[in-house]
Amino acid sequence: MESRTDKNSYTILFAVAMVLIVGALLAFTASSLKPKISENQRIEKQQNILYAMGVNNNDESSASFVSTEEAADLFSKYITKQVVIKNGNATEDEKAYLIDLKKDKAAAAGDASKRNLPVFVGEKDGKTFYVIPIYGKGLWDAIWAYVSLDENMVIQGAYFDHKGETPGLGANIKERFFMDDFIGEHLLDENGNFKGVTVSKSNGDPKNIDKTDNEVDAIAGATITGDGVTAMIKSDLKLYKPYFDNLKNN
Amino acid sequence: MGLLSKKDTKLITDPLADNNPITIQVLGICSALAITAQLKASIVMAVSVMAVLAIGNVVISLMRNIIPSKIRIIVQLVVVAALVIIVDQVLKAYSYELSKTLSVFVGLIITNCIIMGRFEAFALANGPWRSFLDGIGNAAGYGLILIIVGFFRELLGSGTLLGFKVLGDPIEKTGLYAIGYENNGFMLLSPMALIVVGIIIWVQRSRNNALIEDH
Repeated sequence: MESRTDKNSYTILFAVAMVLIVGALLAFTASSLKPKISENQRIEKQQNILYAMGVNNNDESSASFVSTEEAADLFSKYITKQVVIKNGNATEDEKAYLIDLKKDKAAAAGDASKRNLPVFVGEKDGKTFYVIPIYGKGLWDAIWAYVSLDENMVIQGAYFDHKGETPGLGANIKERFFMDDFIGEHLLDENGNFKGVTVSKSNGDPKNIDKTDNEVDAIAGATITGDGVTAMIKSDLKLYKPYFDNLKNN
Repeated sequence: MGLLSKKDTKLITDPLADNNPITIQVLGICSALAITAQLKASIVMAVSVMAVLAIGNVVISLMRNIIPSKIRIIVQLVVVAALVIIVDQVLKAYSYELSKTLSVFVGLIITNCIIMGRFEAFALANGPWRSFLDGIGNAAGYGLILIIVGFFRELLGSGTLLGFKVLGDPIEKTGLYAIGYENNGFMLLSPMALIVVGIIIWVQRSRNNALIEDH
């Protein structure tokens, strides 16, 4: 005998009811948790920016941020100025850290002059840092970074992160041994032209002593993520070259 | 009578060894290969699969008499997807650090064959309490293999455990590295996970002949 639950009408009703209930449940969860989640993301951004300029709780090998409670205070203490560059003009903007690089990049559709380029100017121990967020593509999903530079475009610190790179392989771009390699690397070549930093498999410099070769050691088994890092640095940091030229001339 | 009857205890202990989801049922292999390069990732995955499988099994078991058989697979999929999304959102709001470690695996939990397999094979035919125990047992069996594989892959591939350098420093050449030991980079690649799982299957079957199928 056909049971009640085998009827077509029952199946359709069940499906509709299930979609409505699950949909409502998910919508409710998402909207009620949204303020908390975006607050977390905002704090994380501040922590990342501070990390890149060396304000962090690192010990010998681990990468750790300042605590979430302190983040906002330290951010306003160390970051003296937030600047947005658009079409060559730099203007101060208190909310520069809220710029969503992904959306901004998509909206500009490859036209760099339409992009809003944020710079976070920080002061620590009498030294000025220019922290720049960049955004690119890894193997599976987005990768991004906060790179802090001095006025000669020499890297002072970097924090890399990713959305979905392979754990143990590409995900290692957010490990200290990789990020710390970038410290001291020059973005410009000896003639002052922009060259970027290449994540190289044939670097032959495992301790990364040569800081002017524009190369750091690649991670084994993470070729595409490494290439993504190289491409992101070349395409995004290049846009800031005029800003730094300007800084030096004034 | 204790909390668990003898039959109930079997629901938990069986999947740990003689009915292990990975080595005997050969389910959930894809996620086992993908995420075991680090011990920490293996543990996080094991815990999250346990949460999703135990809750999902109970939900499916409660609904088992009203689910239309024609769309039961879709219903199961919706339940597991909804659970995973809710778990992920709650973690993002209240334990942001952990959610960042977990986010990579969310997709893998949804596609984990063990979950659908247990819904289909067990929860649709059993009561909520037994389904809950079955979920815990199978997730524990899965997690056990994950942790064993993750242990060897991280130890031999990176020379670390949970991020601690247990074999010495490969660049400074201390500890084992001082006498010429090198990390085996191959351990970090997925094929090696398959080989490690294969070795576990081999060891398990050579110790218990009853597990060997006749062909």
